[in-house]
Amino acid sequence: MFDFTGEEIDAIQLSLWVASIGMLASLPFGLLAAYALARWRFPGKLLLDGLVHLPLVMPPVVTGYLLLVLMGRRGPIGSFLDQHFGIVFSFRWTGAALACAVMGFPLMVRAIRLSFEAADRRLEDAARTLGANGLIVFATVTLPLALPGILAGMVLSFAKALGEFGATITFVSNIPGETRTLPAAIYTFTQVPGGDEGAMRLVVVAILLSLAALIVSELLARRVALRIGGTA
Amino acid sequence: MIELRVKKKLGDFQLDAEFTSDATVTALSGPSGSGKSSVIAAVSGLIRPDEGFISLAGKTVFNSAKGINVPVHQRGIRVVFQESRLFPHLSVRWNLLYGLWLAGRKSRMSIEEIVSLLGIGHLLTRRPRTLSGGERQRVAIGRALLANPQVLLLDEPLASLDQDRKDEVLPYLRRLVSETRIPILYVSHQRDEIEALAQRVIRLENGKVVNGVPS
Repeated sequence: MFDFTGEEIDAIQLSLWVASIGMLASLPFGLLAAYALARWRFPGKLLLDGLVHLPLVMPPVVTGYLLLVLMGRRGPIGSFLDQHFGIVFSFRWTGAALACAVMGFPLMVRAIRLSFEAADRRLEDAARTLGANGLIVFATVTLPLALPGILAGMVLSFAKALGEFGATITFVSNIPGETRTLPAAIYTFTQVPGGDEGAMRLVVVAILLSLAALIVSELLARRVALRIGGTA
Repeated sequence: MIELRVKKKLGDFQLDAEFTSDATVTALSGPSGSGKSSVIAAVSGLIRPDEGFISLAGKTVFNSAKGINVPVHQRGIRVVFQESRLFPHLSVRWNLLYGLWLAGRKSRMSIEEIVSLLGIGHLLTRRPRTLSGGERQRVAIGRALLANPQVLLLDEPLASLDQDRKDEVLPYLRRLVSETRIPILYVSHQRDEIEALAQRVIRLENGKVVNGVPS
């Protein structure tokens, strides 16, 4: 049964690639948003909180459509990025990665935000009295203390990206080798006669990948908690 | 030399303290809630007084009238907190070296000297969570010393320890005072600690100094 065709392997590889890039590219923004929500007071904080969480509650097809309108080649942001930086999202794997990043963003921010909130401010004060400025306090104390949550956020975003379907297919369609990720490939199999076996193969892969992501996150969190001791 | 006059409203509590001391060790004593820790927080810069001035070793670090408020990390003060506040993600060695590493230069005392002064040589590779309370406080003192303190603030460094641990750490503090001559502001309400270490005692009650203002 596990004789994968080239197309199936493409879909698996593409999914892993797109999920990894989406997660890594959104990490700096996730850290910033989480830190701002956890630590800063500013007008419009509630609005930012709401915007960050929108992809979690909106139908994925709505997110995908908004991406298409905003980030497509003729969209206001998409055309700007295309003209000035040569970055194109529409009907490319980069668009699939963007859809994954957006859909995984709320999960990432939630996990990281909690760990920033839990990081002991008294340790940060201690670092300041030892001569550390704000940036160094963040890099040497806050960030390491928040590491379990940051790793958890990264894995959640990655796992969400592996399963992302609605926003991706709406935004960048279902092009073999370019935007046909694992879920899209499974969907395609279910739409053709005799596709059951291929669908089943990919379903097993999807389950195994999701399970592996969860186990890795648990192991990482445990290891970091052990290293840091009581505060994690 | 420490010169200070600060006012700060913290909820219902009003800190209104003023004193000058040129003793090597100045003790801040008084019942709990009298404002001792608030004075330490103001001197270190962790809280900003509503008004007043603070000058340490001839350098003004805060003056509300002149708009001076030197940030915490530039004040040259090092604090030993009651709960040691060692970094849990760093080994004892890296806790000790943290301030030194930030400054990027040598301290007046070598790590070897400080390690032997405090008797913590056998702990260097351990994590803070595996240390006893007394060991933690000694490491916290070492961390502050290695970071080139202009002034050392000790905020009830022995309060969280039982009598045996206190007896373990107190001799190290005595040696520190006699061997380094760094100006120290020492918060405690324990008479034995104060008598063992301080040349000058400032007593606080309800946020006010009751004996410190020279007549």
